Amino acid sequence: MIETKNITKKFGKLKALDQVSVTFSKGECVALLGPNGSGKTTLIKSLLGMVVPDSGEIFFNQKPIKQQWAYREKIGYMPQIGRYPDNMTIAHVINMMKDIRRGSRSVLDEELINSFGLDKILQKKMRGLSGGTTQKVSACLAFLFSPDVLILDEPTAGLDPVSSEKLKQKILDEKEKGKLVLITSHVLSELDDLITEVFYMQEGQVLFHKKLTALIEDTGELKLSKAITSFINNHHSLTVV
Amino acid sequence: MNRKIYLYFLTATLLFNISGNCRVLEVGKDKAFHSISQALDLAGNGDSIFVYPGLYKERELIIRKTIYLKGINYPVIDGENKYGVFIIQANNVVLDGFKVQHSGRSEITDIAGIMLESCHGVSITNNILDDTNFGIYSQHASNCFIKNNRITAYGKNEVQSGNGIHAWRSDSLYIIGNTITGHRDGLYFEFVTNSLIWRNISHKNVRYGIHFMFSHHDTYISNVFEQNESGVAVMYTNHIKMFNNFFLDNWGAAAYGILLKDITDSDISGNHFTKNTTALHMEGCSRINLYKNIFINNGWAVKIQASCDNIDFTKNNFIGNTFDIGTNGSLVLNTFNGNYWDKYEGYDINKDGVGDVPYHPVSMYSMIIESNAAALMLFRSLIVTLLDKSEKVLPGITPENLKDNTPQMKPWPL
Amino acid sequence: MKKILKYVMVDIVQNKIVLIYTALLLIISLSIFNLEDSAAKGMLSLLNIILILVPLICIIFSTIYVYNSAEFIELLVSQPLKRKSIWLSLFYGLALSLCIAFFVGAGIPILFYHADSTGIMMILTGIALTIVFVGIALLAGVLARDKAKGIGFSILLWLYFSLIFDALVLFLLFQFQDYPLENVMVVFSFLNPIDLGRIQILLKMDISALMGYTGAVYRDFFGSSMGIIISFLGLAAWIFLPVYFSLRIFRKKDL
Repeated sequence: MIETKNITKKFGKLKALDQVSVTFSKGECVALLGPNGSGKTTLIKSLLGMVVPDSGEIFFNQKPIKQQWAYREKIGYMPQIGRYPDNMTIAHVINMMKDIRRGSRSVLDEELINSFGLDKILQKKMRGLSGGTTQKVSACLAFLFSPDVLILDEPTAGLDPVSSEKLKQKILDEKEKGKLVLITSHVLSELDDLITEVFYMQEGQVLFHKKLTALIEDTGELKLSKAITSFINNHHSLTVV
Repeated sequence: MNRKIYLYFLTATLLFNISGNCRVLEVGKDKAFHSISQALDLAGNGDSIFVYPGLYKERELIIRKTIYLKGINYPVIDGENKYGVFIIQANNVVLDGFKVQHSGRSEITDIAGIMLESCHGVSITNNILDDTNFGIYSQHASNCFIKNNRITAYGKNEVQSGNGIHAWRSDSLYIIGNTITGHRDGLYFEFVTNSLIWRNISHKNVRYGIHFMFSHHDTYISNVFEQNESGVAVMYTNHIKMFNNFFLDNWGAAAYGILLKDITDSDISGNHFTKNTTALHMEGCSRINLYKNIFINNGWAVKIQASCDNIDFTKNNFIGNTFDIGTNGSLVLNTFNGNYWDKYEGYDINKDGVGDVPYHPVSMYSMIIESNAAALMLFRSLIVTLLDKSEKVLPGITPENLKDNTPQMKPWPL
Repeated sequence: MKKILKYVMVDIVQNKIVLIYTALLLIISLSIFNLEDSAAKGMLSLLNIILILVPLICIIFSTIYVYNSAEFIELLVSQPLKRKSIWLSLFYGLALSLCIAFFVGAGIPILFYHADSTGIMMILTGIALTIVFVGIALLAGVLARDKAKGIGFSILLWLYFSLIFDALVLFLLFQFQDYPLENVMVVFSFLNPIDLGRIQILLKMDISALMGYTGAVYRDFFGSSMGIIISFLGLAAWIFLPVYFSLRIFRKKDL
């Protein structure tokens, strides 16, 4: 579904992406992991066309995305920090998005709006919303058009546990429908029951990209966080030796 | 005036009648005479010649007798672009109601539609002059009336065209109600004294609306000088009076509403200066009273060179001019009192209608432009406004003594 | 594009600063016309507002708006939208709303008190300068990543166009006093949109003076209807070029 070939992106001297080649397929739920500044967000933004790689190519459904925009109809994106025009109400923002993406999907998925309770505060202005509520709005917008691909940047950061759980359930549901979900997160434990693949980056390079099952087999750890830690340690020692 | 002349002429005719020698000669297609020159040859002093409509191609009609020459419904006298038309050498001649056209041109002599040579008491009235080299030319004439003539030429440049009304070494001329356009100078006087110039309109001439020099004791009232290539320029003259004249729309680097050069002991009052590049330019002038004039929307209302002295500006209105006063030096021998300046920003606490702080009508930037004309293009930019404001606070370049101590808060009702 | 423009417009119009700007212009122009003895004098004071205040407010407000909209732009870019339409919507939205603000705040009073060719030219110039400086602000905003830097850059640009440029020209004029600079001056005036606008108004207000002292070049060039057209083409270039370059950069910009 999404394929990158040797994409490289430099910000000044810093190599945010270094020859990253990866393929994400339908029906997977991929955890994009890695320390701060490892290039996760840059990768996501490259997929969305927000960052233009210096070299390499990105394909969406086998088609290169360079200078294209229409493919983004099939992507729902939830940014790390969503900011919206201050003077708009939640209803405005949702309507605007519907307006902008009109025609891309006839059926709208408004489940999250209701389950987050946003339908009761639709007339509130964006300016006055807490960080968590803004995150909820971002989440709703990402899922609103039932896109084939969901890209969620730190989706649960800032959400209360209940909402967080609701969002996770939603992600699971969507995965079940055979969609591709890309999630970055710091909090590994939250992802345990969601993900099918782990994609780990370090200093702009892919450290590993494995099925969760394979990872657990390799390391013998059941917990995701532990599996990753032990894998990195092994891997690291291997490279050191 | 016309009537007076007519009466005077009638008495003259009567006198001749008594001597039994006064006739009316008629010129026309079906009249006794077919040409004016024939009639002139046969006419005697005091006779009248009536000329009926038609086209008369006659060369240099020299009038040596006192004759009343009257055109009926504007007979056309054509100079065929070769000859002068009327040349009047006798006294008390009346020339009325002719259309004079296509006079000749010459590099050597001055050819005119109507020439007055060494005569007095002549009246030139109600004529139409079209495409003449000089229109009406007066030399050594005195006590002559030039009234209600329409003088039109189509001059392209200064060299090839003559003046509308040209007077040289004449005295006591009455030039009234003429309209002159398309000549080199609308009115031109040299050594013309004690004359009255009243209600003439001189516009769109190739050079000056009026140009005179050495013409003392003349009075100019209610004339209009409009859109002349170089405006008006007058020189080397004393004791002139200019009242209620209009100087309008004279645009150009060398165009002046009026340029006064070496004019002394004169009064200039009630004149309107509107939309001129420089409304009033003075150099070498002394003892001139300028009062109750109106300067509106000019580039420079007044440019007064440092060579002027004892010029007194009183009760004038300065409104909407880009610059009020321009000058080229710091020496100020002239006075400004009780004028209205619309740029005045002072206050009047005691409400007597007079501003409490003096007004300095020379702006710093006008001094800058004086030395570098191209800088005008930066006028009204922020940098220039700042420069001007700082000069107001700390005068350095502008002449400190050039000021109006009693600026008016409201314009004079003129 | 219309869709985005609609939302940008709604957002800007609701922004209090634009309303305050409109009210400020309205108060200034009404008080100028009512307090000055003559409407002509009022026009003079208003000229300074148009040449100084309008560019300043437009460039600073637009720059700040671009930075404050960074996340919003990011959101839009992640949507199935062309970057070109996003950026142009932002430009049209800013230009349109500031033009409306100018027209309501200054244009209507001018039409009310002084609806002659000078007044019309002032309104046209004000509107042109509004759009020019929105464009320049977009360029500044897209060039500098940092908000503080961007706003500083904008203020510097404003200072340059409204003061420093003219000061340099004045300096050159006196340095090369002995050379015929008229043609060069025409070229110079095209290098600064404020000068272009100012000269057009000057030609209406101070035509008598200009006819004398700048020789045939200015009169023939700027005074003719061809000159007016070319001047406004110059202003149009000042609108088009910054927007074009900002768009080029924005299309490749990483967000």
